[in-house]
Amino acid sequence: MEKKMEEYAIIDNYLCIRMPGEVDHHGAAGIRECADRLILDDKVKNIVFDFEDTTFMDSSGLGIIIGRYRKISCFGGKVYAINVSERISRILKASGMSSIIEIVS
Amino acid sequence: MENERTKNEICMEFDAISENEGLARVVIAAFLSRVDPTVDEIEDVKTAVSEAVTNAIIHGYKERGGRVVMRASLSIENELSVEISDRGIGIADVELAMQPLFTTGAANERSGMGFSFMEAFMDRLEVESVVGEGTCVHMWKSFGSRQEESAPILQAAVWNRSGRA
Repeated sequence: MEKKMEEYAIIDNYLCIRMPGEVDHHGAAGIRECADRLILDDKVKNIVFDFEDTTFMDSSGLGIIIGRYRKISCFGGKVYAINVSERISRILKASGMSSIIEIVS
Repeated sequence: MENERTKNEICMEFDAISENEGLARVVIAAFLSRVDPTVDEIEDVKTAVSEAVTNAIIHGYKERGGRVVMRASLSIENELSVEISDRGIGIADVELAMQPLFTTGAANERSGMGFSFMEAFMDRLEVESVVGEGTCVHMWKSFGSRQEESAPILQAAVWNRSGRA
């Protein structure tokens, strides 16, 4: 809710979400709400999570990704993570997320 | 420099609201500075603390507020001990709650990976809980031994279409 809409962009059928510096439970609901509104309103097929600004992420981040994955995967959409730091990449891979999302570095 | 080898202990109590998750992370990171941790070690502890505090807020207190206590100490051997406790509803089956992917918060998109993260990022984890009285998560991590390359959080995670194995 407190998220600014500049952090969300729709390019073709890709919804790009610029993730905050710290991805935790505190900010998760806001990201979820904004993303889901855009997924409904526009014809979003794929989602790109941009982790360029992110220095911290706990398991709440996995919840955000899995939740969006569920919403779009049944329509054949894909989820991508871009600009991931070594640590975020390690967390995504070690928790098995790389089996449902594509990590582009 | 003489006090480098004394024990140090802190205790902080705060409201069980989500904005304090970040506060707890900052405090524990600052507390650790004396042991000259690597960036990865700091992040490991911050992540584990964040998971435990989040659990207290959303599971212990069902996001209805309460108080969370974080106690931390550093021994002369540079071992960190952190305890996160709440006086919330408690966990009926701790063993089940600690299973990877187990969650009672699916509606809220909790991943069920909180305890797995704590286990992966710390050396040791103990959970004590009494239904109706609260939960205490106790974690330990040693510094200065440099044993990098942590094991995978989930050995063979398979996230299927519904997102859960």
